[in-house]
Amino acid sequence: MTTITPINEDSKQESTVIESHADHRMFGLAAFLIADGMTFAGFFAAYLTFRAVNPLPTNAIYELELLLPTINTALLLASSATFHKASKYLKQTKNGLCQRWLMITAVLGVAFLTSQMFEYFTLPFGLTDNIYASTFYALTGFHGLHVSLGTIMIFIVWWQSRNPGGRITIENQFPLEATELYWHFVDGIWVILFVILYLL
Amino acid sequence: MTLANSSSNSEAIQKLQPTGWMKYISFSLDHKVIGLQYLVCGFIFYLIGGALAGAIRIELTTPISDFMPRDVYNQVLTLHGTIMIFLWIVPVVNGAFGNYLIPFYVGARDMAFPRLNAVAFWLIPPAGLMLISSYFITGAAESGWTAYPPLSITSPAAGQIIWIISVLLLGGSSIFGGINFIATILKLRQPNLKLMQLPMYCWAMLGTSILVVLSTPVLAGTLILLSFDIVAHTGFFNPSLGGNVIVYQHLFWFYSHPAVYIMVLPAFGLVSEILPVHCRKPLFGYTTMVYSIMAIVILGLVVWAHHMFTSGTPPWMRLFFTIATSFIAVPTGIKFFNWVATLWGGKISLNSAVLFSCGFIINFVLGGITGVALAQVPFDVHVHDTYFVVAHFHYIVYGGSVFVIFSSIYHWYPKFTGRMLNETLGRFHFLLTFIGFNLCFAPQHWLGLNGMPRRVAEYDPNFAFINQISSLGALLMAISTLPFLWNIIWSAFNGGIAGDNPWNALTPEWLTSSPPPIENWEGNAPLVTEPYGYGTINQEDLVEPTPESPSEESSQ
Amino acid sequence: MGLLFGGLWIGQNINLLPLGASANAPIYDELFKVLLTIGTILFLGMVVLVVYSLIRFRRRPGQTGDGAAIEGNLSLEILWTAIPAIVVLFVGLYSYDIYERMGGMQPLNHHANDASSHEHFNSGNGRIWGGIGSSSLATPQQSAAIPIDVTAMQFAFLFHYPKGDFISGELHLPKNQPVTLRMESKDVIHAFWVPEFRLKQDVIPGQPTILNFTPTKTGRYPIICAELCGPYHGGMRSTVVVEGAEEYQDWLLSNTKVSTSEK
Repeated sequence: MTTITPINEDSKQESTVIESHADHRMFGLAAFLIADGMTFAGFFAAYLTFRAVNPLPTNAIYELELLLPTINTALLLASSATFHKASKYLKQTKNGLCQRWLMITAVLGVAFLTSQMFEYFTLPFGLTDNIYASTFYALTGFHGLHVSLGTIMIFIVWWQSRNPGGRITIENQFPLEATELYWHFVDGIWVILFVILYLL
Repeated sequence: MTLANSSSNSEAIQKLQPTGWMKYISFSLDHKVIGLQYLVCGFIFYLIGGALAGAIRIELTTPISDFMPRDVYNQVLTLHGTIMIFLWIVPVVNGAFGNYLIPFYVGARDMAFPRLNAVAFWLIPPAGLMLISSYFITGAAESGWTAYPPLSITSPAAGQIIWIISVLLLGGSSIFGGINFIATILKLRQPNLKLMQLPMYCWAMLGTSILVVLSTPVLAGTLILLSFDIVAHTGFFNPSLGGNVIVYQHLFWFYSHPAVYIMVLPAFGLVSEILPVHCRKPLFGYTTMVYSIMAIVILGLVVWAHHMFTSGTPPWMRLFFTIATSFIAVPTGIKFFNWVATLWGGKISLNSAVLFSCGFIINFVLGGITGVALAQVPFDVHVHDTYFVVAHFHYIVYGGSVFVIFSSIYHWYPKFTGRMLNETLGRFHFLLTFIGFNLCFAPQHWLGLNGMPRRVAEYDPNFAFINQISSLGALLMAISTLPFLWNIIWSAFNGGIAGDNPWNALTPEWLTSSPPPIENWEGNAPLVTEPYGYGTINQEDLVEPTPESPSEESSQ
Repeated sequence: MGLLFGGLWIGQNINLLPLGASANAPIYDELFKVLLTIGTILFLGMVVLVVYSLIRFRRRPGQTGDGAAIEGNLSLEILWTAIPAIVVLFVGLYSYDIYERMGGMQPLNHHANDASSHEHFNSGNGRIWGGIGSSSLATPQQSAAIPIDVTAMQFAFLFHYPKGDFISGELHLPKNQPVTLRMESKDVIHAFWVPEFRLKQDVIPGQPTILNFTPTKTGRYPIICAELCGPYHGGMRSTVVVEGAEEYQDWLLSNTKVSTSEK
């Protein structure tokens, strides 16, 4: 959430004040992500209450493997780091390197989604088997939707940060920064999700 | 002040916008146009919701279910609740007045995100039309605006799903609006304008928007889970599949209790703007008013389970929520005493705006007192889900918010249109509304205490007489809309010319022409650091009131 | 001062409640009187203040200029932070006391343990959710509460008496004898409400709820469903008949015979 266009403090008394619009957009995005986070918070609360209050019927199956999600966690954490690297290169106007790291991030995102799909297909329970299972799919599915959206955004950002021809430049970093903030957010949600769903 | 790197751009866009009345049905980016779009659209839905309320009251004039089929009755009460909350009060007290006033109050030329703003408005008409058309196509939802499962899962699915989609759209609209208000108030404020110099409505909207952003998404998530239960046959809230219905209630009320504050906090803000102007006195206790808004916001997030005292919640939870809820009375009480102190020693113009605001104070105090009573578990266990509760929340949302909406229309109509409303009709409107409202809802307290549950189409014949009185009140309320409608339509063409500042007010929206130009001020935005400086700011600086201004002929 | 006495008079003398027919009804009515008194004083006080201000400080013809520029007054602010705070504290403590006297603060499983039908109650799916209960009001000699199973469905209440093992559509209860209702719903959420008992408890599918009370006056009172449960919600009513111990025993016996002969 850095300001791109420097604010000219002196010109504020004039009627035409130069202000960074991008700054507000990042602020708005942050507010939106708080709202989005509250949706997840609601889901988490529901899941934890189900776990605390509703015992699993004796014949119901709800077992999770730890290996795959741990790899997934590593993938997502790594992708946050690579995205950060990409945006650092953009600030140094090294668009080529920025694009390379963006591509790595996108690949990590795709890998995460693939691995998540693989997990879905190998799990011993389905969506409607019991409420633990339903909440598991609802939570991971809703998160997966976020990751999918993020991955698509990364591909767009990747394409737009080509040099020459791309729209994303050192002067117009907002799309990249917004995607990065969003990506970190999705990543953070995953960590909470991992702890609550898999470790607890 | 404008955004230089986008101002030429936005001017170009403004030029492409339709002018004249056409702009009100276009994708306009002007915050004033959007504000009025919200207001008019909300008012149309209010008339529809009011007609539904009329149908309910007609059904209840007799103790048997004879006016409409029982399932239709449930659809009508569901639509009435949903429309009045999500399509009338929330969009109008937040969207309409917020969009119109907040940019003025912070000294900006538009909202922080004009495009998002227009999107937020244009989500409302399709959502509302979808909701209403569901009645004609598939039958509307039948499970009340609370949509408690398992009733909402077992009742006809099509109407319920349409209901969920509409509420999700409206929730999205409200979240976008909330983000926009927070960004506008915090980020678009004039650099020399301190937060503690803002008009009270800004604080109310800031608090409300925080509530919107924190709680609406939880409702959205909950409704998505509910729709899974209906469509995909998952069992989150379906006990026959091992689900838990109480979890839905917790998640639902986590939004829907703050929703009450989303409806009344902006109303508090609007009253705080209206009273000082017509009393010619500064708002009493500005600082405590600000803190009490923030206290209500914080407390408002931790009181939801008082709607669930009979749902089998454990004793410790009941105790906690009783205490938390009771304590909301403290900041609320402070606000009411401060308003009375604002009236005290003023030179009050007894015009329609003031009458509606004072009607609000009286109604809301009663609603607040019954609210504190309802927060007490042993009391609530008897009257929960009865007409006592119906009376209570109508005193809050109608006696509170709707009275303030009317008051605000009387106050800002000259700014919106450049013309004055007719005062005589306005006072007549107030009198009819006030009497009708109290006649309609005060007897319902007794009904609830004596054994009439809410949401019923048939009841004990002993209650018939009181119900008929209540229906008579509803009839008066319906009639009271007529002078108002006539007034706003007639005055738009024939009302006296208002001039820039008919009330001699000090808040920034009055320091420009009526109606204001596209970017709010011809020249620089004025820096208003004392929005309530009545009695201290030199009178010669202000334009004398025009002779036909109602503030002069008030005392008759 | 007049206000104070007016409020007190209204609170003590205006009765807005139906007949009280259970052991916790008098306690409830006591709370209601106090709330009504306080509420009336506050409400009338506010109305008088607003109306007086509007009349006394109205703008007279020809009057110009502003009111006094008073922006606040710390001691006044403290005063009216204190007024609602004290009222709320008093109301809160008082209603807590009332709640405790009604038996609301006892853990519900404890009630179930007290009841003679311990086994019976825990034979369900274990977890019992509770409502307010007043079996603690029972006098020692009437120790054992009568257990009755309540099943709510669209759109009726069914009462199962374990003692005679029969089902009735009407709830019959002996006077002055504590009762424990174990309630469960077959379909959607209902609520069991008897206005004369001042008691209400949601009947929830999948989660049994418990309601303890002691009826104290003979008579027939309505049982009302208070949670929207479908098209016939308004018609979902039943009757509770509170009668003397002998009549109750007769009724119990006659029904037991009928149901056994049917089998």
